[in-house]
Amino acid sequence: MGEDRRRFLKLAGLTALCAAGKGSLARLAGAETTAAGGAAKQVRWAMVVDPRKCLEKEGCTACIDACNHAHNVPSFDNPKHEVKWIWKEPFADAFPDQDARYVDPALTAKPALVFCNHCDNPPCVRVCPTQATWKRGDGVVMMDWHRCIGCRYCMAACPYGSRSFNWEDPRPHIKDLNPDFPTRTKGVVEKCTFCDERLDKGQPPACVAACPEKAMIFGDLNDPDSEVRRLLRSRFALRRRASLGTQPEVFYLV
Amino acid sequence: MRDRGLILTGLTIFLALLLAPVWQAALRGSARKPEPKIVTKAKQCVEPTAEMRRNHMQLLNTWRDTVVRRDQRTYLAADGKTVTMSLSGTCMSCHPNKKEFCDACHNYLAVNPYCWECHIEPKEKS
Repeated sequence: MGEDRRRFLKLAGLTALCAAGKGSLARLAGAETTAAGGAAKQVRWAMVVDPRKCLEKEGCTACIDACNHAHNVPSFDNPKHEVKWIWKEPFADAFPDQDARYVDPALTAKPALVFCNHCDNPPCVRVCPTQATWKRGDGVVMMDWHRCIGCRYCMAACPYGSRSFNWEDPRPHIKDLNPDFPTRTKGVVEKCTFCDERLDKGQPPACVAACPEKAMIFGDLNDPDSEVRRLLRSRFALRRRASLGTQPEVFYLV
Repeated sequence: MRDRGLILTGLTIFLALLLAPVWQAALRGSARKPEPKIVTKAKQCVEPTAEMRRNHMQLLNTWRDTVVRRDQRTYLAADGKTVTMSLSGTCMSCHPNKKEFCDACHNYLAVNPYCWECHIEPKEKS
């Protein structure tokens, strides 16, 4: 009897050891494969804006017009109902934490071009109760308009005012309907999506393609040889309200 | 039971009205069926017709989530064909007659899919 129990315990112990060893081996192997897969070039989209090149031509709105047309952005008469994807903001309002009193007026006198910063740590994503907005693997802060319930938590969370709410049906307020892109409906929040529909076709965002001065440069932050990385290496760049820790991925060259 | 005649007549009229669809179908030989008009010359939709009739709504929901949330735009059909998942791009290029195609059944069944509140339907002559 005693001998049997001893044999049983020995066998059980040995089996447990084998099982544990196999499990950890498998886990190790798994970790290795995921590490290899992760290293296989994940893109991180980002934008660099050169404010000195922007607005060379007074009153140029090429990027804004291109975006508004591409995405059926409505224009309401009531300024409180305004829907914005990309717009101009006075320098002091775009960069409230910068003391720009003695800075070159060539930089600060012109309005800055602002849009969704596609933050690396997006507060809008954290507060969305339906996961209608989320950060994609390539860094784009996406929106699923099917799922948005219009609670506007994301608008309260975004420190950049990059999100707009449709207080009324936008359809009748779209001047030139683009049939290839959906409109939104009343009660839905919308914002810039870095033109995910164009990225999938290998095209740059509509604003970048439309800029006559090439003042907006779009590219992959994870690629050290990309133009955005080259520009960020060679020139100092501001980020909007970087102190908030949202890690905005839109850079403004100084 | 003085009102028996009145009650029975009333009940008969009520039942006749209630069962109107049943006896109308019986008289006509068959119930009125919606007939969505297919204008495309293609032999088959992305999946076999019977499958599409039954399950197009699930397919469209899957397409929606796959494109928007998983960033994949190509659908691999059961027969190995690949199509771009797009309601106004792919579906409506073969079925540009929304009124005669989509609405024919949706109105019959009194279902009201909200696709077209955002997606732009093809222009058609009304």
